[in-house]
Amino acid sequence: MTGRTATANGSTRRLVTFGAGALALTLIASGCVSFYEIPIETPIKAKLDLTPFQRVHVVGFIAGGSDDVDANLETVRLLRSQLRTRSGLRVIEADVLPLAEIAQEMNKDSGAPAEAPAAPAEPATPDKPVTPEVKPTPEVVDPAGQSPQQAAPAVARVRDEKSLASFEPIFANVEYWKKLGEEFQQPLIVTGTVLFTPQSKSGMVSQTRETYDNLGRRVVVPQRVFMERKGYILRPKLVFIDGRSGAVLYQESYREERLYPSQQNVPALSSFFEQMDAVLPSFLNTLSTTRVRGSRIMLK
Amino acid sequence: MARTRLAAAFVVMGLTLAAVPAFADARSDSKAQVDFGIKAAQRDLWKEALYRWKRAVEIDPTYAAAFNNLAIAFEHNGQFDDARVAYEKALELEPNNVLIKQNYDLFREINDRANRNGER
Repeated sequence: MTGRTATANGSTRRLVTFGAGALALTLIASGCVSFYEIPIETPIKAKLDLTPFQRVHVVGFIAGGSDDVDANLETVRLLRSQLRTRSGLRVIEADVLPLAEIAQEMNKDSGAPAEAPAAPAEPATPDKPVTPEVKPTPEVVDPAGQSPQQAAPAVARVRDEKSLASFEPIFANVEYWKKLGEEFQQPLIVTGTVLFTPQSKSGMVSQTRETYDNLGRRVVVPQRVFMERKGYILRPKLVFIDGRSGAVLYQESYREERLYPSQQNVPALSSFFEQMDAVLPSFLNTLSTTRVRGSRIMLK
Repeated sequence: MARTRLAAAFVVMGLTLAAVPAFADARSDSKAQVDFGIKAAQRDLWKEALYRWKRAVEIDPTYAAAFNNLAIAFEHNGQFDDARVAYEKALELEPNNVLIKQNYDLFREINDRANRNGER
Protein backbone atom coordinates (compact mmCIF):
# COMPACT_ATOMS: atom_id res chain seq x y z
CA MET A 1 0.00 0.00 0.00
CA THR A 2 2.76 2.28 1.01
CA GLY A 3 4.70 1.26 -2.11
CA ARG A 4 1.75 1.97 -4.37
CA THR A 5 1.19 5.33 -2.76
CA ALA A 6 4.83 6.19 -3.24
CA THR A 7 4.66 5.20 -6.91
CA ALA A 8 1.47 7.16 -7.38
CA ASN A 9 3.06 10.22 -5.75
CA GLY A 10 6.10 9.90 -8.01
CA SER A 11 4.05 9.70 -11.21
CA THR A 12 1.88 12.61 -10.07
CA ARG A 13 5.02 14.69 -9.46
CA ARG A 14 6.37 13.72 -12.89
CA LEU A 15 3.02 14.66 -14.43
CA VAL A 16 2.97 17.98 -12.63
CA THR A 17 6.56 18.70 -13.68
CA PHE A 18 5.80 17.75 -17.27
CA GLY A 19 2.61 19.82 -17.22
CA ALA A 20 4.41 22.83 -15.85
CA GLY A 21 7.16 22.46 -18.45
CA ALA A 22 4.61 22.16 -21.24
CA LEU A 23 2.71 25.14 -19.91
CA ALA A 24 5.92 27.16 -19.74
CA LEU A 25 6.83 26.15 -23.28
CA THR A 26 3.33 27.03 -24.47
CA LEU A 27 3.52 30.37 -22.72
CA ILE A 28 6.94 31.07 -24.21
CA ALA A 29 5.74 30.02 -27.64
CA SER A 30 2.56 32.03 -27.49
CA GLY A 31 3.38 34.86 -25.16
CA CYS A 32 7.03 35.47 -25.95
CA VAL A 33 7.17 38.78 -27.71
CA SER A 34 9.83 39.17 -30.36
CA PHE A 35 10.93 42.72 -30.75
CA TYR A 36 13.27 44.63 -32.98
CA GLU A 37 14.75 48.01 -32.38
CA ILE A 38 14.68 50.26 -35.40
CA PRO A 39 16.15 53.71 -35.93
CA ILE A 40 13.62 56.26 -37.13
CA GLU A 41 13.82 59.86 -38.23
CA THR A 42 10.72 61.78 -37.29
CA PRO A 43 10.15 64.87 -39.40
CA ILE A 44 9.21 68.04 -37.54
CA LYS A 45 7.56 70.47 -39.90
CA ALA A 46 8.97 73.96 -40.29
CA LYS A 47 7.28 76.59 -38.18
CA LEU A 48 6.99 78.95 -41.13
CA ASP A 49 5.72 78.38 -44.62
CA LEU A 50 8.56 79.61 -46.78
CA THR A 51 7.08 78.86 -50.17
CA PRO A 52 6.62 82.57 -51.02
CA PHE A 53 10.32 83.26 -50.39
CA GLN A 54 13.40 82.42 -52.38
CA ARG A 55 15.79 84.55 -50.42
CA VAL A 56 16.51 85.30 -46.81
CA HIS A 57 18.11 88.43 -45.45
CA VAL A 58 19.58 88.39 -41.96
CA VAL A 59 19.77 92.14 -41.61
CA GLY A 60 21.11 92.66 -38.12
CA PHE A 61 20.16 92.68 -34.47
CA ILE A 62 19.77 95.13 -31.69
CA ALA A 63 22.51 93.79 -29.49
CA GLY A 64 23.72 94.61 -26.04
CA GLY A 65 25.23 93.39 -22.84
CA SER A 66 28.87 92.43 -22.84
CA ASP A 67 31.40 94.55 -24.72
CA ASP A 68 33.57 91.48 -25.27
CA VAL A 69 31.43 90.21 -28.12
CA ASP A 70 29.87 92.12 -30.99
CA ALA A 71 26.65 90.16 -30.64
CA ASN A 72 25.08 91.83 -33.67
CA LEU A 73 27.86 90.95 -36.07
CA GLU A 74 28.50 87.48 -34.64
CA THR A 75 24.82 86.53 -34.70
CA VAL A 76 24.40 87.67 -38.28
CA ARG A 77 27.50 85.78 -39.41
CA LEU A 78 26.45 82.62 -37.61
CA LEU A 79 22.86 82.61 -38.83
CA ARG A 80 23.86 83.37 -42.39
CA SER A 81 26.38 80.54 -42.44
CA GLN A 82 23.79 78.12 -40.99
CA LEU A 83 21.18 79.19 -43.53
CA ARG A 84 23.63 78.83 -46.40
CA THR A 85 24.26 75.19 -45.59
CA ARG A 86 20.99 74.11 -44.03
CA SER A 87 18.20 75.85 -45.87
CA GLY A 88 17.04 76.01 -49.43
CA LEU A 89 16.92 79.79 -49.35
CA ARG A 90 19.45 82.03 -51.00
CA VAL A 91 21.20 84.07 -48.35
CA ILE A 92 21.66 87.75 -49.13
CA GLU A 93 25.18 88.89 -48.32
CA ALA A 94 24.77 92.52 -47.43
CA ASP A 95 26.35 94.74 -44.82
CA VAL A 96 25.09 94.19 -41.32
CA LEU A 97 22.71 96.97 -40.30
CA PRO A 98 23.44 98.86 -37.08
CA LEU A 99 19.87 98.30 -36.00
CA ALA A 100 20.23 99.91 -32.58
CA GLU A 101 21.21 103.20 -34.22
CA ILE A 102 18.36 102.98 -36.70
CA ALA A 103 15.88 102.22 -33.93
CA GLN A 104 17.18 105.11 -31.89
CA GLU A 105 16.75 107.50 -34.78
CA MET A 106 13.25 106.22 -35.30
CA ASN A 107 12.49 106.82 -31.66
CA LYS A 108 13.80 110.38 -31.93
CA ASP A 109 11.65 111.01 -34.97
CA SER A 110 8.66 109.27 -33.49
CA GLY A 111 5.63 110.33 -35.41
CA ALA A 112 7.69 110.99 -38.54
CA PRO A 113 7.94 108.23 -41.14
CA ALA A 114 10.92 105.98 -40.70
CA GLU A 115 13.92 106.51 -42.86
CA ALA A 116 14.42 103.58 -45.14
CA PRO A 117 17.90 102.36 -45.90
CA ALA A 118 19.52 103.52 -49.11
CA ALA A 119 18.93 101.53 -52.24
CA PRO A 120 21.63 99.12 -53.32
CA ALA A 121 24.11 100.42 -55.85
CA GLU A 122 23.07 97.78 -58.35
CA PRO A 123 20.23 95.28 -58.48
CA ALA A 124 20.80 92.01 -56.75
CA THR A 125 21.20 88.93 -58.85
CA PRO A 126 21.31 85.36 -57.60
CA ASP A 127 24.95 85.08 -58.62
CA LYS A 128 26.02 88.43 -57.39
CA PRO A 129 24.77 89.25 -53.94
CA VAL A 130 24.14 92.85 -53.19
CA THR A 131 26.20 94.91 -50.84
CA PRO A 132 24.14 97.99 -50.30
CA GLU A 133 25.58 101.19 -49.09
CA VAL A 134 23.61 101.38 -45.92
CA LYS A 135 22.60 104.76 -44.64
CA PRO A 136 20.60 103.76 -41.66
CA THR A 137 20.34 107.12 -40.01
CA PRO A 138 18.98 110.29 -41.50
CA GLU A 139 21.34 113.13 -42.17
CA VAL A 140 20.83 114.93 -38.95
CA VAL A 141 22.96 117.94 -38.28
CA ASP A 142 23.55 118.40 -34.61
CA PRO A 143 23.61 121.80 -32.90
CA ALA A 144 27.39 121.91 -33.18
CA GLY A 145 27.01 121.81 -36.93
CA GLN A 146 28.54 118.37 -37.33
CA SER A 147 26.93 115.73 -39.49
CA PRO A 148 26.72 112.13 -38.21
CA GLN A 149 29.68 111.25 -40.41
CA GLN A 150 31.81 113.73 -38.53
CA ALA A 151 30.54 112.89 -35.09
CA ALA A 152 29.17 109.40 -34.66
CA PRO A 153 25.76 109.49 -33.01
CA ALA A 154 25.84 108.49 -29.40
CA VAL A 155 23.86 105.27 -29.32
CA ALA A 156 22.32 104.51 -25.99
CA ARG A 157 23.99 101.46 -24.50
CA VAL A 158 21.85 98.40 -24.33
CA ARG A 159 22.72 96.86 -21.02
CA ASP A 160 19.62 94.96 -20.00
CA GLU A 161 16.20 93.88 -21.18
CA LYS A 162 14.65 97.10 -19.93
CA SER A 163 16.86 99.28 -22.11
CA LEU A 164 16.37 96.85 -24.98
CA ALA A 165 12.61 97.26 -24.82
CA SER A 166 12.82 100.89 -25.88
CA PHE A 167 14.33 99.82 -29.22
CA GLU A 168 11.76 97.18 -30.00
CA PRO A 169 9.12 99.34 -31.73
CA ILE A 170 11.33 99.13 -34.83
CA PHE A 171 10.03 95.62 -35.47
CA ALA A 172 6.49 96.92 -35.76
CA ASN A 173 7.50 99.57 -38.30
CA VAL A 174 5.87 97.92 -41.29
CA GLU A 175 6.84 100.68 -43.72
CA TYR A 176 10.51 100.42 -42.88
CA TRP A 177 10.65 96.66 -43.38
CA LYS A 178 8.51 96.78 -46.50
CA LYS A 179 10.84 99.30 -48.06
CA LEU A 180 13.87 97.24 -47.08
CA GLY A 181 12.17 94.17 -48.55
CA GLU A 182 11.53 95.94 -51.84
CA GLU A 183 15.20 96.75 -52.14
CA PHE A 184 16.22 93.13 -51.71
CA GLN A 185 13.56 91.52 -53.89
CA GLN A 186 11.15 90.82 -51.06
CA PRO A 187 13.06 88.27 -49.04
CA LEU A 188 12.26 86.77 -45.69
CA ILE A 189 13.86 89.18 -43.24
CA VAL A 190 15.48 87.85 -40.09
CA THR A 191 16.19 90.30 -37.32
CA GLY A 192 15.65 90.66 -33.59
CA THR A 193 17.51 91.40 -30.41
CA VAL A 194 20.46 89.70 -28.76
CA LEU A 195 21.41 90.34 -25.18
CA PHE A 196 24.63 88.70 -24.03
CA THR A 197 25.32 89.63 -20.44
CA PRO A 198 27.99 88.54 -17.99
CA GLN A 199 26.75 86.75 -14.96
CA SER A 200 28.33 85.63 -11.72
CA LYS A 201 26.82 83.52 -9.02
CA SER A 202 28.01 81.99 -5.81
CA GLY A 203 26.35 79.25 -3.89
CA MET A 204 26.21 75.55 -3.19
CA VAL A 205 26.81 73.33 -6.19
CA SER A 206 26.45 69.55 -6.48
CA GLN A 207 29.63 67.87 -7.58
CA THR A 208 31.13 64.43 -7.64
CA ARG A 209 34.49 63.75 -6.07
CA GLU A 210 36.67 60.78 -6.93
CA THR A 211 38.45 59.00 -4.12
CA TYR A 212 40.15 55.66 -3.65
CA ASP A 213 39.26 53.35 -0.80
CA ASN A 214 41.64 51.19 1.26
CA LEU A 215 41.65 48.52 -1.44
CA GLY A 216 42.56 51.05 -4.13
CA ARG A 217 39.15 51.03 -5.73
CA ARG A 218 37.86 54.19 -7.33
CA VAL A 219 34.86 55.62 -5.51
CA VAL A 220 32.75 58.52 -6.75
CA VAL A 221 31.25 60.51 -3.92
CA PRO A 222 28.56 63.16 -4.52
CA GLN A 223 29.09 66.31 -2.52
CA ARG A 224 27.86 69.86 -2.29
CA VAL A 225 30.44 72.59 -2.29
CA PHE A 226 30.32 76.34 -2.15
CA MET A 227 31.51 77.74 -5.43
CA GLU A 228 31.86 81.04 -7.16
CA ARG A 229 30.96 80.81 -10.80
CA LYS A 230 30.90 83.25 -13.62
CA GLY A 231 29.63 83.05 -17.12
CA TYR A 232 27.13 84.57 -19.48
CA ILE A 233 23.44 84.68 -20.19
CA LEU A 234 22.32 84.78 -23.80
CA ARG A 235 18.84 86.10 -24.55
CA PRO A 236 18.19 86.18 -28.28
CA LYS A 237 14.83 87.09 -29.73
CA LEU A 238 14.49 86.23 -33.38
CA VAL A 239 11.95 88.12 -35.44
CA PHE A 240 10.93 86.91 -38.90
CA ILE A 241 9.47 89.58 -41.15
CA ASP A 242 7.73 89.23 -44.48
CA GLY A 243 9.76 91.34 -46.92
CA ARG A 244 6.69 91.81 -49.11
CA SER A 245 4.39 93.32 -46.51
CA GLY A 246 6.79 94.34 -43.74
CA ALA A 247 4.69 92.45 -41.23
CA VAL A 248 6.12 90.26 -38.49
CA LEU A 249 5.43 86.65 -39.38
CA TYR A 250 6.78 84.99 -36.31
CA GLN A 251 9.04 85.66 -33.36
CA GLU A 252 10.63 83.51 -30.76
CA SER A 253 12.65 84.23 -27.64
CA TYR A 254 15.26 82.01 -26.05
CA ARG A 255 17.27 82.05 -22.89
CA GLU A 256 20.52 80.23 -22.35
CA GLU A 257 22.88 80.42 -19.42
CA ARG A 258 26.36 79.02 -18.95
CA LEU A 259 28.30 79.32 -15.72
CA TYR A 260 31.85 78.16 -15.27
CA PRO A 261 34.05 77.85 -12.17
CA SER A 262 35.65 81.24 -11.55
CA GLN A 263 39.15 79.74 -11.95
CA GLN A 264 38.26 78.61 -15.46
CA ASN A 265 38.87 81.43 -17.89
CA VAL A 266 36.33 80.89 -20.65
CA PRO A 267 36.46 83.53 -23.39
CA ALA A 268 33.21 85.38 -23.96
CA LEU A 269 33.16 84.42 -27.63
CA SER A 270 33.41 80.71 -26.78
CA SER A 271 30.53 80.98 -24.38
CA PHE A 272 28.54 82.95 -26.94
CA PHE A 273 28.92 80.23 -29.57
CA GLU A 274 28.32 77.47 -27.04
CA GLN A 275 24.97 79.03 -26.20
CA MET A 276 24.07 79.86 -29.78
CA ASP A 277 24.62 76.19 -30.58
CA ALA A 278 21.71 75.38 -28.30
CA VAL A 279 19.48 77.92 -30.02
CA LEU A 280 20.32 76.96 -33.60
CA PRO A 281 18.23 73.77 -33.94
CA SER A 282 15.08 75.66 -33.05
CA PHE A 283 16.02 78.55 -35.34
CA LEU A 284 16.60 76.17 -38.24
CA ASN A 285 13.35 74.37 -37.49
CA THR A 286 11.56 77.65 -38.00
CA LEU A 287 12.70 77.72 -41.59
CA SER A 288 13.03 74.12 -42.61
CA THR A 289 11.72 70.72 -41.67
CA THR A 290 14.11 68.98 -39.35
CA ARG A 291 14.32 65.29 -38.63
CA VAL A 292 14.64 64.05 -35.09
CA ARG A 293 16.61 60.86 -34.85
CA GLY A 294 15.51 58.21 -32.42
CA SER A 295 14.64 54.58 -32.19
CA ARG A 296 11.48 52.60 -31.58
CA ILE A 297 10.68 48.98 -30.78
CA MET A 298 8.81 47.00 -33.40
CA LEU A 299 6.84 44.09 -32.02
CA LYS A 300 5.93 40.75 -33.55
CA MET B 1 -37.52 20.72 -23.26
CA ALA B 2 -34.31 18.90 -22.31
CA ARG B 3 -33.75 18.00 -25.94
CA THR B 4 -34.10 21.67 -27.01
CA ARG B 5 -31.57 22.75 -24.40
CA LEU B 6 -29.14 20.10 -25.58
CA ALA B 7 -29.57 21.22 -29.17
CA ALA B 8 -28.96 24.83 -28.19
CA ALA B 9 -25.86 23.82 -26.28
CA PHE B 10 -24.56 21.97 -29.35
CA VAL B 11 -25.22 24.97 -31.56
CA VAL B 12 -23.31 27.26 -29.18
CA MET B 13 -20.46 24.77 -28.96
CA GLY B 14 -20.36 24.43 -32.72
CA LEU B 15 -20.25 28.16 -33.22
CA THR B 16 -17.46 28.51 -30.66
CA LEU B 17 -15.41 25.77 -32.28
CA ALA B 18 -15.92 27.35 -35.69
CA ALA B 19 -14.85 30.74 -34.39
CA VAL B 20 -11.58 29.54 -32.84
CA PRO B 21 -9.88 28.51 -36.10
CA ALA B 22 -11.21 31.66 -37.75
CA PHE B 23 -9.62 33.78 -35.01
CA ALA B 24 -6.42 31.75 -35.18
CA ASP B 25 -6.34 32.25 -38.96
CA ALA B 26 -6.87 35.99 -38.63
CA ARG B 27 -4.03 36.24 -36.12
CA SER B 28 -1.64 34.14 -38.18
CA ASP B 29 -2.49 36.07 -41.37
CA SER B 30 -2.04 39.31 -39.51
CA LYS B 31 1.24 38.05 -38.05
CA ALA B 32 2.50 37.25 -41.52
CA GLN B 33 1.76 40.84 -42.58
CA VAL B 34 3.47 42.17 -39.47
CA ASP B 35 6.56 40.04 -40.12
CA PHE B 36 6.75 41.22 -43.67
CA GLY B 37 6.31 44.81 -42.54
CA ILE B 38 9.17 44.47 -40.09
CA LYS B 39 11.45 43.15 -42.82
CA ALA B 40 10.43 46.02 -45.08
CA ALA B 41 11.07 48.63 -42.37
CA GLN B 42 14.46 47.11 -41.65
CA ARG B 43 15.31 47.64 -45.33
CA ASP B 44 14.09 51.22 -45.03
CA LEU B 45 11.02 50.49 -47.16
CA TRP B 46 8.64 52.37 -44.92
CA LYS B 47 5.85 52.73 -47.47
CA GLU B 48 5.66 48.98 -47.85
CA ALA B 49 5.87 48.51 -44.08
CA LEU B 50 3.04 50.96 -43.57
CA TYR B 51 0.88 49.11 -46.09
CA ARG B 52 1.59 45.73 -44.44
CA TRP B 53 0.79 46.95 -40.95
CA LYS B 54 -2.41 48.61 -42.16
CA ARG B 55 -3.42 45.25 -43.63
CA ALA B 56 -2.44 43.52 -40.38
CA VAL B 57 -4.77 45.66 -38.26
CA GLU B 58 -7.57 45.25 -40.79
CA ILE B 59 -7.23 41.47 -40.63
CA ASP B 60 -6.93 41.35 -36.87
CA PRO B 61 -8.04 44.50 -35.07
CA THR B 62 -7.09 42.97 -31.71
CA TYR B 63 -3.38 42.63 -32.50
CA ALA B 64 -1.57 45.19 -30.34
CA ALA B 65 1.85 44.63 -31.94
CA ALA B 66 0.44 45.48 -35.36
CA PHE B 67 -0.98 48.77 -34.05
CA ASN B 68 2.33 49.56 -32.34
CA ASN B 69 4.26 49.01 -35.58
CA LEU B 70 1.70 50.95 -37.56
CA ALA B 71 2.13 53.86 -35.14
CA ILE B 72 5.90 53.77 -35.69
CA ALA B 73 5.41 53.94 -39.46
CA PHE B 74 2.99 56.86 -39.11
CA GLU B 75 5.47 58.61 -36.86
CA HIS B 76 8.25 58.07 -39.36
CA ASN B 77 6.01 59.67 -42.00
CA GLY B 78 5.25 62.66 -39.79
CA GLN B 79 1.57 61.65 -39.50
CA PHE B 80 1.38 62.43 -35.81
CA ASP B 81 -2.39 62.28 -35.38
CA ASP B 82 -2.57 58.84 -36.95
CA ALA B 83 0.40 57.69 -34.90
CA ARG B 84 -1.26 58.81 -31.69
CA VAL B 85 -4.47 56.93 -32.53
CA ALA B 86 -2.53 53.77 -33.36
CA TYR B 87 -0.39 53.93 -30.21
CA GLU B 88 -3.47 54.50 -28.08
CA LYS B 89 -5.22 51.54 -29.68
CA ALA B 90 -2.15 49.37 -29.05
CA LEU B 91 -2.11 50.42 -25.41
CA GLU B 92 -5.83 49.85 -25.10
CA LEU B 93 -5.29 46.28 -26.28
CA GLU B 94 -2.20 45.72 -24.14
CA PRO B 95 -2.16 48.31 -21.37
CA ASN B 96 0.74 46.69 -19.53
CA ASN B 97 3.10 46.34 -22.45
CA VAL B 98 6.15 48.33 -21.40
CA LEU B 99 7.62 48.40 -24.90
CA ILE B 100 4.53 50.02 -26.37
CA LYS B 101 4.46 52.44 -23.44
CA GLN B 102 8.09 53.33 -24.05
CA ASN B 103 7.45 53.97 -27.75
CA TYR B 104 4.41 56.07 -26.89
CA ASP B 105 6.34 58.17 -24.37
CA LEU B 106 9.06 58.88 -26.93
CA PHE B 107 6.44 59.73 -29.52
CA ARG B 108 4.65 62.11 -27.18
CA GLU B 109 7.86 63.98 -26.49
CA ILE B 110 8.34 64.67 -30.20
CA ASN B 111 4.66 65.25 -30.84
CA ASP B 112 4.51 67.89 -28.12
CA ARG B 113 7.44 69.67 -29.75
CA ALA B 114 5.77 69.54 -33.15
CA ASN B 115 2.55 70.88 -31.63
CA ARG B 116 4.44 73.74 -30.03
CA ASN B 117 5.74 74.61 -33.49
CA GLY B 118 2.21 74.54 -34.85
CA GLU B 119 0.80 76.77 -32.13
CA ARG B 120 3.35 79.52 -32.60
